[in-house]
Amino acid sequence: MHIIKLIIKNMLRHKLRTLLTILGIAIAVVAFGLLRTVVTAWYAGVDASSANRLITRHSVSFIFPLPLAYKDRISNIDGVEKVTFSNWFGGVYIDKKQFFARLAVDPETFFDVYPELIIPKEHLEAFKRERNACVIGEQLVQRYNLKIGDIIPIEGDIYPGRWEFVIRGIYKPRDKTTDPSNMLIQWQYLEERMKQETPSRAGYVGWYITQIKDPNNSAFISSEIDQQFKNSPAETKSETERAFQQSFMASVSAIITAMDVMSFVIIGIILLVLGNTMVMSARERVREYAVLKTLGFSTFHLVGLIGGESLIIAVTGGIIGIGLAFPMIDGFSAILPKGWFPIFNLEPITLLLASISALLVGFLASVFPIQRALSTKIVDGLRQVG
Amino acid sequence: MKIPLKYITRNLKTRRLTTTLTVVGISLVVFVFAAVLMMAHGIQKTLIQTGSDENVIVLRKAATAEITSIIMQDQANVVQTIPSISKLSSGKPFISNEVVTIINLPYSQKESGLGNVTVRGVAPEGFQLRQNMKLTGGRFFNWGSREIIVGSSIKKRFKGTEIGNKIKFGGDEWMIVGSFDAGGNGFDSEIWGDQIQLSQSFGYTGAYSSLLIRLDNVNAFTQFQEAFNKDLRLQTLDVKREKKFYEEQSEDMAMFIRILGIAITVIFSLGAMIGAMITMYAAVSNRTIEIGTLRALGFQRRNVLFAFLIESLSISIFGGLIGLFLASFLQFFDISMINFGSFAELAFSFSLSPSIIINSLIFTVVMGLVGGFLPSIRASRLNIVNALRSS
Amino acid sequence: MNIVSVQNVSKSYWRDSLEIPVLHDISFEVPEGEFLGLMGPSGSGKTTLLNLIAGIDQPSKGSLVVAGTDVAKLSESQLAKWRAQNVGFVFQFYNLLPVLTAFENVELPLFLSKLSKKERKEHVEFTLKVVGLEDRMNHYPKQLSGGQEQRVAIARAIVSDPTLLIADEPTGDLDKTSAEEILKLLVQLNTEFKKTIVMVTHDPRAAERAHVIKHLDKGELT
Repeated sequence: MHIIKLIIKNMLRHKLRTLLTILGIAIAVVAFGLLRTVVTAWYAGVDASSANRLITRHSVSFIFPLPLAYKDRISNIDGVEKVTFSNWFGGVYIDKKQFFARLAVDPETFFDVYPELIIPKEHLEAFKRERNACVIGEQLVQRYNLKIGDIIPIEGDIYPGRWEFVIRGIYKPRDKTTDPSNMLIQWQYLEERMKQETPSRAGYVGWYITQIKDPNNSAFISSEIDQQFKNSPAETKSETERAFQQSFMASVSAIITAMDVMSFVIIGIILLVLGNTMVMSARERVREYAVLKTLGFSTFHLVGLIGGESLIIAVTGGIIGIGLAFPMIDGFSAILPKGWFPIFNLEPITLLLASISALLVGFLASVFPIQRALSTKIVDGLRQVG
Repeated sequence: MKIPLKYITRNLKTRRLTTTLTVVGISLVVFVFAAVLMMAHGIQKTLIQTGSDENVIVLRKAATAEITSIIMQDQANVVQTIPSISKLSSGKPFISNEVVTIINLPYSQKESGLGNVTVRGVAPEGFQLRQNMKLTGGRFFNWGSREIIVGSSIKKRFKGTEIGNKIKFGGDEWMIVGSFDAGGNGFDSEIWGDQIQLSQSFGYTGAYSSLLIRLDNVNAFTQFQEAFNKDLRLQTLDVKREKKFYEEQSEDMAMFIRILGIAITVIFSLGAMIGAMITMYAAVSNRTIEIGTLRALGFQRRNVLFAFLIESLSISIFGGLIGLFLASFLQFFDISMINFGSFAELAFSFSLSPSIIINSLIFTVVMGLVGGFLPSIRASRLNIVNALRSS
Repeated sequence: MNIVSVQNVSKSYWRDSLEIPVLHDISFEVPEGEFLGLMGPSGSGKTTLLNLIAGIDQPSKGSLVVAGTDVAKLSESQLAKWRAQNVGFVFQFYNLLPVLTAFENVELPLFLSKLSKKERKEHVEFTLKVVGLEDRMNHYPKQLSGGQEQRVAIARAIVSDPTLLIADEPTGDLDKTSAEEILKLLVQLNTEFKKTIVMVTHDPRAAERAHVIKHLDKGELT
């Protein structure tokens, strides 16, 4: 108990310095939390992916469509539970800066394969009934102040022309990692217009999503599917949803790496700020440490004294930083253009990492001053003035 | 009467460890600050250089990128008739009708994952419309054959893209016959082939992705645009200066990096200023007697203020220079990542510009001044008698 | 019985590669209950000798038995324990911890004992009464005069009831009146509480109070 009292008294000796140090650590923890949150936001797609879904796309790249006829052939493969498909619809809503996924889907099967999109039964029925109906995610309702019955006009690019969709349903995300900002339209509507305008483009889908019974069979079923279409004009590439998302992550790995490096630099900066404070304090107290040693206090006590002070400062700063991180991250997601990161949450793992870092920094920052205090001979310490 | 500089530098030397820790902290902050700006600048520079001033590009109105744009053959024919398009010696309009698509290739450095690579089918004019295209290996593809040439960044980044290899897409095998260098712009991350051949194999017949057009001169754009917009048959299309088009493609990425970068560096710099402040406050309190002595010797308050400010500034500028120096080495690093403007992989490098250097230095000086100001004020306000009496 | 027994002790320091001899072949004894004064000019090695006896420094040669223990043979952590039990140290510049009150400063060495909180409080209050500062218990060092600070320091040195009290120029930083009071206190500790005292001083008035005076010059006893 007594040593804690002395630690606290020491901390309060230079109130301003301790305050600034705590503030510095808090700020760095906020920066750390922010960076890690951006990284986890990138990985949201990977986290949301399901182990029992396979994605089948054109082997050349995602912009080449696959024939609708593949659906039945995939359905017939052993171990396949359900097959659905969708197209990237794209287009421009309001202006080119409005980012959210606009997908043409099969209303009959899509929500079965994506149980994480929770939609009321009557909404789904309404969506199936009307050709130009659409379902939007909760987040879009708030972002654009929309309600059921509203019309969403879209200027097509991949599917040229002007399109109008009536909102007939709103879905809620089941998990924190589920994208709450999709817009889903009827693939059949697209198909009808293509048949009229450019018949050569009718009868194609963007990619297939296959739900399988046993995730352990994913590799086998994937190769079965690809085997089916080998040497056809549209060869396929199938992989688990997770692998599909991860291959996207590979293409942004540069930025992820940069952010990873930066978050470690931040830990370095916290270490420097706290280390600096501890070095200064220890230097000023060389004489006091010598007195304590003369009184018979041992190495153990000095380690406790210096290390304890460092740890208490680091932990206090860490707690304040984590407290500040919540409003800061909300503020940051407000500055970002809407829709860049549909999912932008401070994850528990981030908080854990921040706490561990603060503890580690508190520990490391005291190593040098402790080493100095221990290696200084009492005689030399006593001689030092101030 | 000024306090000698030697006094300041000696003090910094005496408290070597603390000074070093602060300098390292500030250099890290400036390093990150400069690196972020260099990255954003690198992307923009790469893409801006991709376009040239005399060229205009025609795309579908709603399209954000060439791959989502479709231009029908009859529309392309109408565009050709607009006046102020430069003519070739043969009398043909100086236009390259192009198809652009994306294929997946496996990364060579990473264990897994496929990258999106732009494949561009060009007309023979397409080469003349881009100035810096240089063949660096092999030969140009033969018109009318299934041959392709690859950009310099592609070769480094993707497996199986050496000359002599075959890539399979669009139901055919394409022979790589050459490699080219476009001088560090976006084309270095592309694969080029004959537009007619690529259209056929991708089923694009009767349509193009974009039209690249050379105008009579740089100033003819307004005139061209007016004629273009008036034509009812071209209502679904849009014309832009090529440079502007590529600039817009870089906007999202550059903005993302900037927003994140600025947010992080603002937070960082607060940390660094606090670090500098802690150091300077400690310097003041350690030297209370000295300050009293200086004042007793007849130095003015502002001399003391000045001395401490200079001390703080030296620390920060020293740190800033180290940070910049280290950041300048980043220029040797190439980065490749997906560009959300085009959905395809784009190679670029960190790029240092004079304005980045100036901004970093201003940033550094501000950190030093802000961090040193309050402590210096405290030093200059010390009462002589009390200062001398303290121990 | 001898509390301190110094046999052929030499001590030298190394500055870079240069050997600086400080003490040369010193031998003497301090019997129990003695009040020994060590005198000598600056640089004669007084403080070094004192530090050796107090176990905060180790001799280069010779043996040094203090309170029945050969100090030269103890490890650093053993020395720390030994000091806590056997030696009380009074410094010229008091060396109180500025962040602790008089009470807390005196209490400090007791944390190394197994005393309960209540026992500690009794000990500290008693000791502060002995040095005449019972009414200043909650004052911080800054709020005390030099003489008072030194009395707190003395209280801190004796609170754990050590066999040997060591004082390094205890009056060196004090005015005449305060010095007088401190010396009186030391004599009182010596006579009433039977403390063996070794005191370094170059103040002749302080030396007067000692039973025995030894002179040190250039590292040798004269």
